[in-house]
Amino acid sequence: MDITSEQALVDAVKGADGPLAVQGGGTRGVPARGAVLSVAGLSGISLYEPGAMTVVAKAGTPVAEIEAALAKENQRLAFEPMDHRALLGTKGTPTIGGVMAANVSGPRRISVGAARDFLLGVRYVDGQGVVVKNGGRVMKNVTGYDLVKLMAGSYGTLGVLSEVSLKVLPRPETHATLVLHGLDDAGGVAAMARALGSPFEVTGAAHDPASQETKLRVEGFEASVTYRLGKLRALLSSVGGEMVVHDAVASEGIWAATRDVAAFDGKDGDVWRVSCKPSDGSAIAARSGAQAWFYDWAGGLIWLLAAPGHDLRQAVGVFDGHATLVRADSATKARLGMFHPEPAGLARLTARLRAQFDPKDIFNAGLMEHAA
Amino acid sequence: MEMPIPNPEIMARKARVVERLQAVLPPDAVIHDERETRAYECDALTAYKCPPMVAVLPSSTQEVSDVLRICHEEGVPVVPRGSGTSLAGGALPTADCVILGVARMNDVIETDYENRIIRVQTGRTNLSVTGAVEEHGFFYAPDPSSQLACAIAGNIAMNSGGAHCLKYGVTTNNLMGVKMVLMDGEIIDIGGAHLDAGGLDLLGLICGSEGQLGVVTEATLRILHKPEGARPVLIGFDDNEVAGTCVSDIIKAGVLPVAIEFMDRPCIEATEAFAKAGYPMCEALLIVEVEGSDAEIDHQLELISEIARRHNPVELRQSKSAEESAKIWLGRKSAFGAMGQINDYMCLDGTIPVSSLPHVLKRIGEMSDHYGLKVGNVFHAGDGNMHPLILFDANKPGDLELCEEFGAEVLKLCVEVGGCLTGEHGVGIEKRDLMHVQYAAADLNAQMAVKDVFDPAWLLNPAKVFPLDASETRRAVKIAAE
Repeated sequence: MDITSEQALVDAVKGADGPLAVQGGGTRGVPARGAVLSVAGLSGISLYEPGAMTVVAKAGTPVAEIEAALAKENQRLAFEPMDHRALLGTKGTPTIGGVMAANVSGPRRISVGAARDFLLGVRYVDGQGVVVKNGGRVMKNVTGYDLVKLMAGSYGTLGVLSEVSLKVLPRPETHATLVLHGLDDAGGVAAMARALGSPFEVTGAAHDPASQETKLRVEGFEASVTYRLGKLRALLSSVGGEMVVHDAVASEGIWAATRDVAAFDGKDGDVWRVSCKPSDGSAIAARSGAQAWFYDWAGGLIWLLAAPGHDLRQAVGVFDGHATLVRADSATKARLGMFHPEPAGLARLTARLRAQFDPKDIFNAGLMEHAA
Repeated sequence: MEMPIPNPEIMARKARVVERLQAVLPPDAVIHDERETRAYECDALTAYKCPPMVAVLPSSTQEVSDVLRICHEEGVPVVPRGSGTSLAGGALPTADCVILGVARMNDVIETDYENRIIRVQTGRTNLSVTGAVEEHGFFYAPDPSSQLACAIAGNIAMNSGGAHCLKYGVTTNNLMGVKMVLMDGEIIDIGGAHLDAGGLDLLGLICGSEGQLGVVTEATLRILHKPEGARPVLIGFDDNEVAGTCVSDIIKAGVLPVAIEFMDRPCIEATEAFAKAGYPMCEALLIVEVEGSDAEIDHQLELISEIARRHNPVELRQSKSAEESAKIWLGRKSAFGAMGQINDYMCLDGTIPVSSLPHVLKRIGEMSDHYGLKVGNVFHAGDGNMHPLILFDANKPGDLELCEEFGAEVLKLCVEVGGCLTGEHGVGIEKRDLMHVQYAAADLNAQMAVKDVFDPAWLLNPAKVFPLDASETRRAVKIAAE
């Protein structure tokens, strides 16, 4: 069914006689059962106030359309959402609703926050076809419960987004990346911790064991960027290894590749995404049984490439964080679950929330419910 | 402000409840004498008072769990309390409730500079979190103006903000994990030292839930290295609208200040008489602060000044030193005190889209004439969070009610222009009955359904946030269950 209005969405939900696979552009590899319910037809920016740094858009609006509108005013989606298409081999057009439903954040998450931190308001249709709004279009809002955050990252399991309002940020004048060469995993993570623990506002920190490159991004006014690169060099001079500065053009490429996990494009194997305490990162990667990996978020995010069907969660064991299976065949995703199993207490809350928001259990059923 | 009628059946069982609480807590942690419970009769919304039946001061998560389990079994409502600085009545008791204060739980559990986190018990005050890490050059970013006294527990409950949230965000953007006790005594952990807690974003849901979903006893908070420095520029304008345009132009120019504060003429006059900060007498004053090295600050302040000059300011004063910065901030920081010097005041907290500023200020001025009550406006202009201070005389019969009516009109206006009732103080009891203005029945129902999940008997802080008529049937479940 082609959904082009919120009312049509309501009708589709009310009329559903079985499970629905809730989608934006369908680019993010979510293994949902049932008839596809896509919001891609609900599209368009309804309000953009650059001076207030806010955008309101229908959920199916292409991310590219929003980014283009923002670029005209020298602004951007600061949380740097990943494009999953090359990694997953999916087609389609990433939508802003999909970005928010999956809380997709890129390298800049360590300095500005996640997608969910930029979501100011939502309209959604719950499992009984009721339209609900929460939050609004202002940056500070503590009026009632924050269902906005709950909807972000709920992968459509609680409701189908019809409209989102977002906070946007100015695009800095320029940026550059300092690359340290020759550090091992633990050394790279330690260097990133040192950079992040400085006042020099690092907005990207990634380490690639394959090339032994540790990458640190700074953004701002030209003079600031130059100054801070100098300060970071001095701060890290005792760490060892050659240091090279990459200008804005090269820097753009480095972070786009990091964001989209380009290193694993077209490589055989399952792709895992581990969120962990940064200082635990290298030990987790070492015992993961994966074939290759790299670190983003100063070590707090590990992207790993593992043999098909490998149970990486079991190999890693208990740790402070969680592992998401991003790319695998459907049998593996069904067997291991896309999301990390939750402790019993949290799993119970998740199940009860689902029962409130979607009592008929039709939205992406079973996707996020895995008790440990 | 209406509160539910205390349940006499619960109050009749006071002795038994006290006895059970005494069995799990040290003797001095159970306060039940009527002279002593009076200390907990209100928070910073002092217009409303009601001593609780009992107040307890547990010292550990286990003790909190024991207290909640007992209250759950006894069907006694529990009102959690941090430091009692809520301006919205978030910690206001009912006569049949147990106040659960976390003030004794104020330890730092862990500081980890490598991973840039601190783990604290939630009775710890906001400022003392920064105090625990500042010798290493770090700080905890959210800075509500009550930060000397307010507890992290209350910050989480209300999702507190502060003057610097334009750059650093509010509590929810800096909270990474919690240990929380549910109403039935179950202890759960959410998140931790890693970014983005797994599963549904329960952390985001709990933050700002006003103590209605659980009692948070420990929090993992993000800490940041302090900037090298910070300095403001003071800009005065003869017109509110021009000041609003200037704010918007600064933001559009790609400068992201750490704070943009706005004061209007009545507020400038009051603070000048009180603090003598040397402010110009004009219609609107902006304080814009930026951070970085000295050279970075100079560069940004010059960019901001260039933009301001295009709007013909009557005053433009860049701070060149810590002393000059302190002087610029002096008036703003004493604004509430200055207004309090004139009379009692009520501090509102609505947020509006920045573009509506001139319209909203004009309407507030008209309402001020209509109600015959003076009002001064302090405003976090970067994010649209307004703090109109309405002056009234608490000793004059009817003045409080008149002031509340005026306040409600202002908040309705905030919603009408696309904003909201509260930007950082919370709903509590103060804005509870206005929730209908912002949210339709279905919207409120979706929120209340969340409370049903965490606290099915509606025992935790039940008379707050939702209009009493909207929550009535749910609160009645409790009575039926007894």
